[in-house]
Amino acid sequence: MIRVSKLTKDYGSRRAIDALTFEAKQGEIVGFLGPNGAGKTTTMRILTGYMPPTDGEAYVAGYDVVAESLEVRRRVGYLPETVPLYPEMTVFDYLMFMADLRHLPSADERVMDTLEMVGMEERADGYIANLSKGMRQRIGLAQALIHKPEVLILDEPTIGLDPAQVVEVRNLVREIGKERTVLLSTHILSEAQQLCDRVLIINKGHIVAEDTPENLQARLVGAERVMLRVRGELDDLPAKIAGIEGVQDVSAQDGGVLEFQFAPGQDVRPEVAKAVVKAGFDLLELRPVGMSLEEIFLQLTSDNASSGE
Amino acid sequence: MRNIWTIAKREYKQYFNSPIAYIVAFMLLVVLGIFFALNIVYFTRNAMATYGSTPDAGIVTGPFAFMLVLSLPALTMRLLADEQRMGTMELLLTAPLRDWELVVGKWLGSFLFILTVIAVTWIFPIILNNLVVPGIDQGILISAYLGIILVSAAFLGIGVGISAMFSSQIAAFFATLVTFIVLWWMIGFPADVLPVGADVFRYLDMKAHFYNSLNVGVINLADLVYYLSLTALGLFTGSAFIEARRWR
Ligand SMILES: Nc1ncnc2c1ncn2[C@@H]1O[C@H](COP(=O)(O)OP(=O)(O)OP(=O)(O)O)[C@@H](O)[C@H]1O
Ligand SMILES: [Mg+2]
Repeated sequence: MIRVSKLTKDYGSRRAIDALTFEAKQGEIVGFLGPNGAGKTTTMRILTGYMPPTDGEAYVAGYDVVAESLEVRRRVGYLPETVPLYPEMTVFDYLMFMADLRHLPSADERVMDTLEMVGMEERADGYIANLSKGMRQRIGLAQALIHKPEVLILDEPTIGLDPAQVVEVRNLVREIGKERTVLLSTHILSEAQQLCDRVLIINKGHIVAEDTPENLQARLVGAERVMLRVRGELDDLPAKIAGIEGVQDVSAQDGGVLEFQFAPGQDVRPEVAKAVVKAGFDLLELRPVGMSLEEIFLQLTSDNASSGE
Repeated sequence: MRNIWTIAKREYKQYFNSPIAYIVAFMLLVVLGIFFALNIVYFTRNAMATYGSTPDAGIVTGPFAFMLVLSLPALTMRLLADEQRMGTMELLLTAPLRDWELVVGKWLGSFLFILTVIAVTWIFPIILNNLVVPGIDQGILISAYLGIILVSAAFLGIGVGISAMFSSQIAAFFATLVTFIVLWWMIGFPADVLPVGADVFRYLDMKAHFYNSLNVGVINLADLVYYLSLTALGLFTGSAFIEARRWR
């Protein structure tokens, strides 16, 4: 359904994406996960026919995004990052406009059905200018869904929504993803893990990891990191802790703080705690540190580098 | 065709939600009304002196063409520049619609709006027809109004093309206004001073194709071709700019 090979895009001399290769099959929800500037929006814009790539090729629903751009655009629903709405139109008129551009038969019924799907049917006659940010996001989504596209491309679909709406949108995407192909981008690791069949982690225009959320999670928790704090200075404590079996990668920090990690399934925290107390320190804190997205990226990029890729 | 109509229809409706469009239409009608009244007074006062000469539709369409130069940039500035600014261009460029259909649709929307305004000004020739005995010259009326429609079409085509180059309405407005002023008033000047190439400038002079022929009741194929080519050139430029922006 989506087949991308060696896709490259340069903005002037800046390379936004570099030889991306991936696939998404029918009935698959693929998550695009990456920090700001990773190239998620750029890739999606190429796949939706907004702009051609500098190099490489991409097929969506069986059509070439450059040579058969119109065919691709007929079959894709796209929610851009900045939701494209006309504030001075009513919700209904806006969606009728989109339905007309897509030559839908019995467009008004289709508009109402789609509004119902995104839970906005009561606001059909209201002006878009008067909607909240989350509501606008949902109208943007309605616009992408109106023609029941084979392929749905959503650029940060849950940004700006309240938690209840986030859940609703995720359910909606999950429902659609059963039969169709969905490609969505997000910064939120947990969202990608909950929603997607497969996650692509992209950084600086490169895919640094591609896996199912389960496998990825296993890779990400390949080591559990713990932060430890004692009263006063650390003195020789890092050395002592590093000597305990199963403790890896000890790093001492200011203010009596020390971090280390251990392999999953070998919880060394009790031993560490005992050692700290035995060495005469006051143990103030011992807690796991959640890995931030950036740390995961660092880890993944260095993994790739060391495995010689 | 259908896509062009979808774009044009939305654009046409949009004008009726836009204060600027109302201001433009209102100013146009007020200024034309003033010119009209002054002309009537002038012709009545000088009825003895100008005996034999009766006013024709030119007293409406003459100032009208002049007003188009100043007012149409305000109608076209928004067309594509604002889509670019608001991010809705991304919606249109990923919809199953060709770039030129978008541009032509935008032009058609603005053209239908100005046709509406032109239709309202038809009231002036009707009044004039009742004042003048035995009525005004119908040939000049048709030809002069055809001229106004053609001039509008050409200006709007150029305006849409320029709007495609900007993401700021104000920038598009001034660029369009300057272009119109050059094409209407200034491009004829070199024709009077240049030893060679004067014919080219004379041909490009936009007002000459109106005041010297259409506005006095002469319909030349050459003038129609001139205005329609300008329209097409503007629309082509707009499409080319949109296409070029994709490849940037
Ligand atoms: N129109 C543009 N002109 C020039 N450079 C651009 C343009 N759009 C994006 N870039 C650059 O391309 C790179 C990738 O940007 P892109 O918008 O694809 O990132 P992203 O992954 O969507 O980021 P975010 O999470 O912030 O939305 C960035 O370095 C950005 O500065
Ligand atoms: Mg982005």
